[in-house]
Formats: sequence, C-alpha cells, structure tokens
Amino acid sequence: MRLLLNKIILALSLVSALIGLAFLGWILVTLAIKGASAMSASLFIKDLVDNGLRNLIVGQLILAGLASFVGIPLGIVAGIYIREYGQGSKYAEFIRDLSDIMMSAPSIVIGAFVFALLVKPFGGPSGFAGAFALAIMMIPIVINTTDSMLSLVPKELREAGIALGASKYKVIFNIVIRAAKVGIMTGILLSFARIVGETAPLLFTSETSNYFTLDLTSSFPSMTVSIYSLANEPEESARDLAWSASFILTIMVLLINLTGRYITRNKK
Amino acid sequence: MPVMNIKNFSFTYAGVDKPSIRNINLPILKNKITALIGPSGCGKSTLLRSLNRIHDLYPGNKYEGVIELLDFETNKYENILEIKKENEFIKLRQKVGMIFQKPTPFPMSIFDNVAYGLKIAGIKNKTEVENRVEEALKGAALWNEVSDRLNKPAGGLSGGQQQRLCIARAVAVKPEVLLFDEPTSALDPISTGAIEELIVELRKDVSIAIVTHNMQQASRISDFTAFMYMGDLIEYDKTEVIFLNPKEKQTEDYITGRFG
Repeated sequence: MRLLLNKIILALSLVSALIGLAFLGWILVTLAIKGASAMSASLFIKDLVDNGLRNLIVGQLILAGLASFVGIPLGIVAGIYIREYGQGSKYAEFIRDLSDIMMSAPSIVIGAFVFALLVKPFGGPSGFAGAFALAIMMIPIVINTTDSMLSLVPKELREAGIALGASKYKVIFNIVIRAAKVGIMTGILLSFARIVGETAPLLFTSETSNYFTLDLTSSFPSMTVSIYSLANEPEESARDLAWSASFILTIMVLLINLTGRYITRNKK
Repeated sequence: MPVMNIKNFSFTYAGVDKPSIRNINLPILKNKITALIGPSGCGKSTLLRSLNRIHDLYPGNKYEGVIELLDFETNKYENILEIKKENEFIKLRQKVGMIFQKPTPFPMSIFDNVAYGLKIAGIKNKTEVENRVEEALKGAALWNEVSDRLNKPAGGLSGGQQQRLCIARAVAVKPEVLLFDEPTSALDPISTGAIEELIVELRKDVSIAIVTHNMQQASRISDFTAFMYMGDLIEYDKTEVIFLNPKEKQTEDYITGRFG
C-alpha cells in the first residue's frame, strides 16, 4: 500500500513537472522559430523607423542600466542596514515588511505612480521617468537578496572579527560583505534580468520611440513597449519585428540568468 | 599572579529575569591554563564570553560585579566592565583574544587572515606585518604547511588547519590572554591533538582560559580547573586536585561521569 502510494505521488509530481516544462519549451521553440526566421544583421544596425531594432536594444539597456545605477547601491545599503545595524529594531522590521510588499506590488501600479509623479507634472514621457519606475521595481529585490545573503553569513564570523578588535563597520565591510559577495552579485544580476524585461512600468513613463536617442528628457526607445505596440499593428512585417525583438529579449534575460547561476555554482 | 580577576560576577542575558551565572569569583593566572568544565548550560561559555565582552555584540545584556584585567604596561588592574568607548573595546579585544568552536577563517587569503588583526591594530609597515605573520604562523605550528600558499584563500585549508590559522590570527596581535571556546569539539582526534599541544606551547607567552566538554582534555592540558554547575562556580583548584581529590560531591559526581 505504502509502496503504491509512493509510486502514485512520484508519477503525479513527474507529470506536473513535465507539464510545466512543456509550456516553457513550447514558448522557447515558438520564439526561436518565429523570431529567428525574421532575424538578420540589419536588425542590429537599423533603428525601428527603418525596420531595425538597434535603438530599442540600446534604449532598453540604458533604461535598465540607469535604474541599476540608482537601485543597486540603494538596495545594498538598505539591505545592510536592515540585517546588520537595525537587526531586531522595529524600524528595520517595518522597512523589511514594506520592501517585501513593494516586491509584490503590481508593476502597472508603479508605472501609474511614476506617471503621476514625473510624467504629468513635467509635461510628457521621459527616459528618466522610465528608469525611475524600473529603479522602484528593482530596489526591493536588491534589498531582499542582500538581506537574505547577509543572513547566511554565520554569526561566528562576525564575532571572530569583533574579537580581533575590529569595529562593527570594518567587520561588515571587510568580512561579512566579502563572505556574502557571490550571493549578492547573483541577486543583482537576477534583479537586472527581472527589470530588463518589464513592460508595464515603462508603458506610460518612458513610452517608446522609433528613433535612436540618448536624450532622457523626452520619450525614450524601449524594446518591451515597442513589442507591445508592434504586436498590435496589422502589417505582417511589424509582427515579425515584434517576434524578433521578443526573441532577442528572451536570449538577453536567459544569458543574464545563466551568468548568475554560473557564478553561484563556481563558488561551490 | 592573576592576569584577570573575576569578582562577584553575575551575567543576565537580554530579556531574561534570572542571571545565567551568579556570583562568580575566579582568577585567571598568568601563564597558566585554566579550564572551565561543567554540563551543557552551566554557564561556562557565558563566563568565557564575558572576559572579552563579546556579549556586547548583542544589546540588552547585563553585567554585575567586577572583572579586572592586568595592564602589562602600567602593572595596574582595570575593570573591563566599565568600558564604554569603542576604542577601549578595541584595546580590550587586542589584549584578550578568542578562538571559537567552529573555525572562523575570514573570506580572504591565509596571509590576510593573520595580518587582519595587525592592520586593525594600526601596524602598516609591510616588513613588520610580514615578520609578525610568519612568526604567528610558526607559533601556531602552521608555517610549514602553508608557507608556499600564503596567498591562497583560507577556506581551502582543512578544519584543523583552519583552527590553527585562527589561533595564529589571535596570537599575531600579541594578546595577554587567549580565550578558547571548545576549540576542538568540531575537529578529528589528530587535529585535536595538534591543537592541544599548541595550547600547552602557547602558555609560555599568554595566559589561557579554555571551555571544554571533554574532561580528559581538561586534565591533559590545564593547570587549574573550575567546575561550574547551573550558573554557579562549584569548585576551583589545581587540576590534579579537582580530578583526583575534589572537595565537593557535585564535582566528584560530574568528573566520574555520574551526570552531565
């Protein structure tokens, strides 16, 4: 009886895993077929206005990069505060809870918030507003991973540093951060991968642009937003372009994720 | 001569009403090994961790009484429980080093591990740091095994080597007292033997207090033994007296293995 039950459970979990994987495989295969067929070198040289994707790729990376520039340091320092300095205090607990809630906040809500904050008052969409919305998405993720990676550092290591006469900040910056370095790095990469594929926060903050631009004060080229609008257009060529863009985006996110995993694995 | 004097000392953990150790009176004698023994939860680690005030890492604990530490320069005793300023804490911990149960190599090279305390102490001269690191590694009987890979990460060493590295790290800053908190309980018998030999060897330079669960270990290496039970110091005497001729019934019961 027990053996039979064991086999049933095993079969059920196997089937469930296969169903999940099947959909993932389906998505990847569809993307690869539809995306790759429209793929050509000119996509990377021309801008959207000439049926290329160059401005979108560059734009998306600039938006995500700018968001990381703000979000990563802020998130790491806040994570250090919560775990190392505020440990046990109500204030730190409050920030941690808030950050957890923020992490599950619907991204469209963040987009709407930034629209009200930075788009409406300044008279139009801008690259800054888009990057700001992405940064808001990113900060809680970085806080969360920094916090949990620091929590994995054994307390004996901190005590050993203190016992040698090191001050608290030296223990944190010379020893604890170093011990958690790989985990924090992975967290940063994964949070970057997460925001680089976001659409909703950009939809009405940066919007998108058909032209190559580095001017962050007006509407800014975004790959995800363009995929959304291209997919809605009637022409076959526009939809092909959307497929190619989706494929490129997926490969990008996949590569970042794999790099993150590779770093973690090499550590062990 | 005592290098540390514990007088009427009680310690209460944060958020607890009753003190975990009460009215302890105990000297730590110069260039001797003092073993603290007793069943789990008797307060021996709590006492040891008071001697460098590592408890202060966690807020809300309460110290009562006096713990005196001899200052080798002025030859006067100072009460370490009165320390409040950060730089005084740093000085205290440079005088009173600590080795933990689990080896705690820092995530850096073997050399940097040993040099870390020296850098904290403000020693910047490169040749002096190199000499002190070599001296400390030799003192911890590790030099021969690591001299060709000083720049490799310390995490690659075996458990016993890591523990000797931690001892070298503590010895490098030339402390007056070394506190060992069950230093061999995570190690195999051969590494344990090496650490025990090392502790006995270190006695000529530093005064040592060691917490151990292993009574054979206490009888092998220590000069004096303190037996604690339920937060009280039951008996303190020369090690051979404690093990061969204890005055208290509780001590005798514990060392003969009737409880514990």
